[in-house]
Amino acid sequence: MLTRTPAWKRYNWRVLWLSIVYVLFLLAAVYGFKHQLVPPALKYPVAILPALPIIGIFGAIGRYLVEEQDEYVRMLMVRQTLWASALALSVTTVWGFLDSFGLVGHADGYWVAVLWFVGLGLGGIYNKLTLGDGGC
Amino acid sequence: MENRLRPLRAERNWSQQDLAERLEVSRQSVNAIETGKYDPSLPLAFRIAELFDRPIEEIFVSPTRRKSGAI
Repeated sequence: MLTRTPAWKRYNWRVLWLSIVYVLFLLAAVYGFKHQLVPPALKYPVAILPALPIIGIFGAIGRYLVEEQDEYVRMLMVRQTLWASALALSVTTVWGFLDSFGLVGHADGYWVAVLWFVGLGLGGIYNKLTLGDGGC
Repeated sequence: MENRLRPLRAERNWSQQDLAERLEVSRQSVNAIETGKYDPSLPLAFRIAELFDRPIEEIFVSPTRRKSGAI
């Protein structure tokens, strides 16, 4: 099992809180739009509410990379983020061309973030397989 | 990168965790360096050399010198 460094513990707490905020914001936005409770002037701000904690998680990962003092553990996370970016960019590029030629349906943009987090997990598996350490 | 970290550690009867604590890194870092899966940064390599009171080149084997058969 990978050592949980102080920076990793802080990162975990940040991600936990941001995930809770994400669920609350998402539920509030969905409820508000579904029941037509959102005034026209607030539609854009309310619609982007669930995106804010997701952006916060990206920020938490960046902050973790800055705060992590253990260079090897930091490298594991860097490898994971490279996997995440490669997967998200590759899939969305392929999907974009398929979409342009009318071969697949249009996908909502937030799937990029979902793909990125899937890539983060795959990067952890790759670390485990190649280095024996799963990373965060 | 090949290195002599494991025998040096064994001479002192230190576990990987003991060495990790002295270097202020994780045990995984020590293991990755020992097994050659990870090359430490220059500052960490100096910390290791200073801890064992040896020059860096007595602990880490230069890949270029090894290739040329000098070692």
